[in-house]
Amino acid sequence: MELVYGHPKSLKPIQTKYCPGCGHGVIHRIIAEVVDEMGLQTKAIITNPVGCSIWADLYFDFDSVQPAHGRTPAAATGVKRMLPDHLVICYQGDGDLAAIGTAEIIHAANRGEKFTTIFVNNAIYGMTGGQMAPTTLVGQHATTAPEGRDPIVAGMGYPIRVCELLSSLEGTRYLARGSVNNMVNIRKTKNYIRKAFEAQMRGEGFTMVEILSQCPTNWQMNPVESVEWLEKNMITFYPLGEIKNTLSTAPAPAQAH
Amino acid sequence: MAEEIRLMKGNEAIGEAAVRAGCRAYFGYPITPQNELTAYMAKHMLAKGRIFIQAESEVAAINMVYGASSTGARAMTSSSSPGVSLKQEGISYLCGADLPAVIVNVARSGPGLGGISPSQGDYFQATRGGGHGDYYTIVLAPKGVQDAADLTYEAFSISEKWRVPVLVLADGLIGQMMEGVVLPEPIDPATLPRWQWAVGHSVEMGRPYNHVSSINLVPDELEAANRKRFARYGQIKKELLRYEEIEVEDADVVFVAYGTSARVSHGALEMARAKGMKVGLFRPVTLWPFPYARLLELAEKGKRFLCVEMSMGQMVEDVRLAVNGKAPVYFYGRCGGNIPSQEEVFAEVARLMGK
Amino acid sequence: MTEKTFMAGFGGQGIISLGQLWVYSAMKEGLKVTFFPFYGAEKRGGIARASVIVSDSEIKSPLVTSADSVVVMNQDSVEIAEKVCKEGGTIFVNSSLVKTDPARPDAKIVHVPCNDIALKLGDVRIANMVMMGALGKVTGALKLDKLESILKGFFPASKHSLISLNIAAVEEGKKAVS
Repeated sequence: MELVYGHPKSLKPIQTKYCPGCGHGVIHRIIAEVVDEMGLQTKAIITNPVGCSIWADLYFDFDSVQPAHGRTPAAATGVKRMLPDHLVICYQGDGDLAAIGTAEIIHAANRGEKFTTIFVNNAIYGMTGGQMAPTTLVGQHATTAPEGRDPIVAGMGYPIRVCELLSSLEGTRYLARGSVNNMVNIRKTKNYIRKAFEAQMRGEGFTMVEILSQCPTNWQMNPVESVEWLEKNMITFYPLGEIKNTLSTAPAPAQAH
Repeated sequence: MAEEIRLMKGNEAIGEAAVRAGCRAYFGYPITPQNELTAYMAKHMLAKGRIFIQAESEVAAINMVYGASSTGARAMTSSSSPGVSLKQEGISYLCGADLPAVIVNVARSGPGLGGISPSQGDYFQATRGGGHGDYYTIVLAPKGVQDAADLTYEAFSISEKWRVPVLVLADGLIGQMMEGVVLPEPIDPATLPRWQWAVGHSVEMGRPYNHVSSINLVPDELEAANRKRFARYGQIKKELLRYEEIEVEDADVVFVAYGTSARVSHGALEMARAKGMKVGLFRPVTLWPFPYARLLELAEKGKRFLCVEMSMGQMVEDVRLAVNGKAPVYFYGRCGGNIPSQEEVFAEVARLMGK
Repeated sequence: MTEKTFMAGFGGQGIISLGQLWVYSAMKEGLKVTFFPFYGAEKRGGIARASVIVSDSEIKSPLVTSADSVVVMNQDSVEIAEKVCKEGGTIFVNSSLVKTDPARPDAKIVHVPCNDIALKLGDVRIANMVMMGALGKVTGALKLDKLESILKGFFPASKHSLISLNIAAVEEGKKAVS
């Protein structure tokens, strides 16, 4: 009999603490599947962020390092430089990466650090309870934007498109944006992760997969509504696809005639 | 064959000692007066195929150390006072995760931007942990270029032995001055042990997966972890305590000074002895752990103390804690980047002794 | 023997090189040394200073605050020499540029026309080496007889042709105070 479904080895067979409808569980799973498929469980090291996924070390069944909030790319730099033959996964949320750790992500990307960032963008602070994130959409409500994000009068700034921001840096080789709102996008996202991990193991340069993800609890919706909200509001602002691909395996650009 | 004496700047001698100690990764950010150290590491680490990164900030640099140290590699950063303030977040995390690391502070005057001249104003920060939470780092205070090289070299193995970061607290004078130095034997990093607590190479090490972390949200568990760490601190206090005594035995007044101030006080001691005044010098080499018990012993023998610092008076509080009211403790300090002259320190001790 | 020397001049006169070569020579002659350059506000003002100690025993305070000898390479440094020279110390004055002696009647003043001698040798930049010769001769602290190997290490290979000129400057400095 052919095995058509199984639990990934790289993910412990336990229930997560994540809320119903949260994207982290699915994201953990597709990462673990790719790690397994590449046979890299014993070579994988994840650096966890500070945020809901601070618990990633409870779920991934491989080595992990927990740095300070936002310093994840700096710590991942230290890990990967010492262990270049290992798969280093730098898991970050939108507060960790795009607010407190802005300097660290930009410079790690610019140095072309050879780890892979998994950037989970749910447009809100989860763990601390629904504060405005750098990726919170204009008008979106948060505990620190009670009337909605207001870039003009309240001076709350605009949502940051991180892939596009990093794409001008020469050290970045692969920047893709996926989503976990449906099976098709989950599969595409898993494929982006695989491309990024493979590029990392070839030593190509900085790779990142941004993943749009639901946070029903802090968006104050049920899981179904949160998926619909993501599709209607986030995907329209944060376009999905490969934002930048200069990998050695990238298809050659179409010839101009 | 013994190494020949080389003339080196303190900053460069610290760098060379670290290279020879088998340091595999250095991360730093430019700041005066320790720039020669970063430049030295850039040249010599890269030439040896080791890791050197000029980080985007001191914050990033200490967190790169955190990552490198998580793999069990000998890793180091250096800075000067304002930069070391920025590193405190990372130092707290290193301590919480029980990671070794070597941090060099070529201290300058503060507070704030302050000046670029030598100072000992970072004593409180260095000896009280420096960041948030219950912890200490081991603090070694060199008094010259040779000492800076020796203590930096040793800092790596001390840090690994205790799984506590070691701070080498120098100052701008020690960093900038040149003295003769005999360098320690080079260690090939490839010969250094791999640690069971580190990440990476789990199969070769035959261990389960490791999680390097400082987080624990269960109060009883976190308390237990802190108590375990403090039990280790207790052992460190017993085994690592170091100090130097010069002509203390028959002294009426004993200078207590570390680093540059100890050198200056030694000069003042010579002037005093030449005039028949019974003056001694007590120099803590480890600032944490601090030699409280020995100072109390000396106090009980009836000695008085003159604490000499390049600050408004920081170590003097530890000296007072040590003698616990059993002996008078006086203070003489200069700050703002001024270094006391041996003549002014001599004048102060002469005044105290009624000479 | 301990010789504490304070060296002062303006940036470009080779004060730092003078101090470094003095301590390199002392190390070659088996002595302990300390060299501390002063920088900061003074440096921006174009003034270069160095605290230099050579000794046959452990050096205590690395700062020269009561100098056995003071080197004064330019007029502006006369004032600091007056302050830093110990009672009965020796002040070496570059008499090519310094026209007023330090007001220290207790001190021994040694006049060395460093720039004039250097110019005669063909390069004003070796005025500092002339001063080093005089300093060694009068203080007796250093013999300065192992300069060739020191200078080979001090100068990059492209400047090795200047070594003999530097040694000649040191020898002329010694002669000038003999």
